[in-house]
Amino acid sequence: MQYTRMEGFPVSPTLPGAFWRALRKVLPGDGLLVKSGELGAYECDGLTLYKVRPLAVALPRTREQVGAILRLCNQYSVPVVARGAGTSLSGGALPRPDGIVLSLARLDRILAIDTANRTARLEPGVRNAAISEAVAAHGLFYAPDPSSQIACTIGGNVAENAGGVHCLKYGLTLHNVLAVKMFTPDGVLHEFGGPTAEGPLGVLALVVGSEGLLGVVVEVTVQLKPRPQCVIAVLAAFPSLAQAAAAVQSVIAAGIVPAGLELMDKLALEAAGAYTGQHYPPGTGAVVLAEVDGSEEACAAEHRQLRALLEAQGAFAIEEAHTDAERALLWAGRKAAFPAVGRLAPDYYCMDGTIPRRALVGVLTEIGALSAQYGLPVANVFHAGDGNLHPLILYDARRPGELARVEELGNDILKLCLAQGGTITGEHGVGVEKLDGMCAQFSPAELVVFHALKAAFDPYTLLNRGKAIPTPARCVEPGGMHVHGGRMPFGRLERF
Amino acid sequence: MGDADLTESVCASVRSAYERNAPIEVVGGGSRRDFGRAPIGEPLSLAGHCGIIGYEPGEYVITVRSGTPIADIEAAVAAHGQMLLAELPRADQRSTIGGAVALGLTGPGRPYRGSLRDAVLGVRVVTGTGQLLRFGGQVLKNVAGFDVSRLMVGAYGTLGVLLDVTLRLAPRPEEEAVRILHCDWPAACSRLLHWSGRLPLSGASYYGDHLRVRLSGDGALVARAAAQIGGDAAPIGEFHALRDLRLARLQTPAVALWRVLVPPATPLGPAESIIDWGGAQRFWATAEAAATVRQFASDRGGQAVWLKGPDRGGDVWPVSSIATLALLGRLKGALDPHHVLNRGRLFPAW
Repeated sequence: MQYTRMEGFPVSPTLPGAFWRALRKVLPGDGLLVKSGELGAYECDGLTLYKVRPLAVALPRTREQVGAILRLCNQYSVPVVARGAGTSLSGGALPRPDGIVLSLARLDRILAIDTANRTARLEPGVRNAAISEAVAAHGLFYAPDPSSQIACTIGGNVAENAGGVHCLKYGLTLHNVLAVKMFTPDGVLHEFGGPTAEGPLGVLALVVGSEGLLGVVVEVTVQLKPRPQCVIAVLAAFPSLAQAAAAVQSVIAAGIVPAGLELMDKLALEAAGAYTGQHYPPGTGAVVLAEVDGSEEACAAEHRQLRALLEAQGAFAIEEAHTDAERALLWAGRKAAFPAVGRLAPDYYCMDGTIPRRALVGVLTEIGALSAQYGLPVANVFHAGDGNLHPLILYDARRPGELARVEELGNDILKLCLAQGGTITGEHGVGVEKLDGMCAQFSPAELVVFHALKAAFDPYTLLNRGKAIPTPARCVEPGGMHVHGGRMPFGRLERF
Repeated sequence: MGDADLTESVCASVRSAYERNAPIEVVGGGSRRDFGRAPIGEPLSLAGHCGIIGYEPGEYVITVRSGTPIADIEAAVAAHGQMLLAELPRADQRSTIGGAVALGLTGPGRPYRGSLRDAVLGVRVVTGTGQLLRFGGQVLKNVAGFDVSRLMVGAYGTLGVLLDVTLRLAPRPEEEAVRILHCDWPAACSRLLHWSGRLPLSGASYYGDHLRVRLSGDGALVARAAAQIGGDAAPIGEFHALRDLRLARLQTPAVALWRVLVPPATPLGPAESIIDWGGAQRFWATAEAAATVRQFASDRGGQAVWLKGPDRGGDVWPVSSIATLALLGRLKGALDPHHVLNRGRLFPAW
């Protein structure tokens, strides 16, 4: 569908001027962007492969405005895509050409910090990192720490059930959110959860991670945690990837729950080393990066146990960090891994499958074999402790046919995850890019239930239409799990 | 432990109920049928649908059929030095994991080890139309599709008949100890705030002017923490009795039993029988009017949940608005369109 556009006036074959006048009334001044030049920044999110220009971008400052915008869009049947900081890696904030983007970025106030109960009440546009900054003086922190935490917002975290390197011990967003206030698209405000995150039915769990399909969150109450007295990071070098993966399995099997337990393979280390100047011992085939925290005593005990296990599994060099500054150095390579890998090839495709930890060695070996078979390098840098893989497939989109092979390899990796009882996405979400994978993970009857649940919140499918849940009809189309075949920008989105 | 798979017959029973518009009461061990409103319908027993489907000790995950008694699951994992991550209340040896998921209750370990909802990784359920569906899975991180498995927790069996559930496990602590101290509630609150994150707490309750603290973990750590906390030693069984609501203060069948969920530092209420979860969950065994109990909770930003009592005609959960109740009703309709599952047990119109 193509729209003719005139500077300053969004033109739509179906939307009457009354809608725009009413919207402008709700959003005076700079609250409504309609000019082509202003919309560019909202055309995509962290998944830059896809770009779509919306009709307009609404930038409300109050929840009342959010409600009014939704009621208008409901009245005129205008699709809405809610957006936080736009860091989604699965196209969660990708606009629609026939709809508006509802940015929550200006609802960025911290409404209350309750130190006696260790909670904070936040507007959705508050940045993830800003929460911990605001409560640091009280010796508290907000635990989920997605890698985009400097930019990403709590509203987006709720939509995606964001994880991070410390969620092995502290849980995902779901485990750290107590309550949300949320508009359904009819502009009605609902409240789910409470002081203990409970409610009649686990509706809060349904809402967290629903990828903006069920409502627009305007307030989030989060649980804060006391800052651990002691944190020790350990970087253990192994001769091979298989040994490093086996070490992770043995740590988990021993019942230790480190705050973080990450793994980087040789290719990722080479990239990170070149990027940060960090040196890894010669002969390193993979490293395990682990962090233990807690009280001084608990931390020391866990650290001893962890070290012994890593050594028993063949770690030939171990570095430790006991201060914040040392820790930052040790983590530097891991934190820079994605951009660093980005310098190895013109493009990379980031996967996000999760597998049971017991399958780590087997699946990583198999990914290595597939990589050789396809002739496409794969770097592994991921949350090993919770089995959340991030294979990065390196390629060059300019080479004809290469992207198609990348997708095939990606699908083979996802099938591998599913065969082990895993999932196609551990933390990045389905968005627009894993819709076909959903067909492999769920039966048509299960997809029908997902759509029925969406309809309970959003009967006219106004919110993030076409994302996260494929239609059962799409799943029976030829092509199986072949994701975004044809590669037209949003070419398949319309087939919701 | 029994081992039998009744999947097909359960599907057939629900399918038939759906077609005949004939409600069914889903029954597990039958030990907690007095919780919630009185349901309408023919009993459908899941007690025979039991056994462990998958257990990988190294993964700390177990998949069990819903009719399996909680005690049996605990015994099976204890043989590998493990326990359920979420501490589960039960009425007696018959109480099943299916009943636990339906009620959605978590014991005193909740603030420290998480809730039952958080420990659920996946389920297989039969919806109100008799369809067998699988949601969630066996891995910790999974954001594919809506989280329907956790939607089931606390739904009183009104959204689906649970067939099996995958749960997280944890290592059994090397040592457990209970300390009891005489103090008032504000003093108890500030102590708990100070100890949390520093000491290996696994439970904190307050009643009869005494704070009771349970410690779990490495032997030396527990001993040192116990010395730091002071007070007197008390038997670990007190926390099991609290978990299972067996304490004498709660044995009051003539009056209603409430769960009052509030921010933990909330001052003492007028009818508090027992404070659990470090202050966040309070049990009130009281003849007070429902409206009074609910008002106390909502004035403090919380919720009062009616658990059981002589009058089984009231609401279980307070719902903040008519619009939200209607929304929940549409969710119900998506999973059980003919309202055949535990009709009337959670909400009058369900």
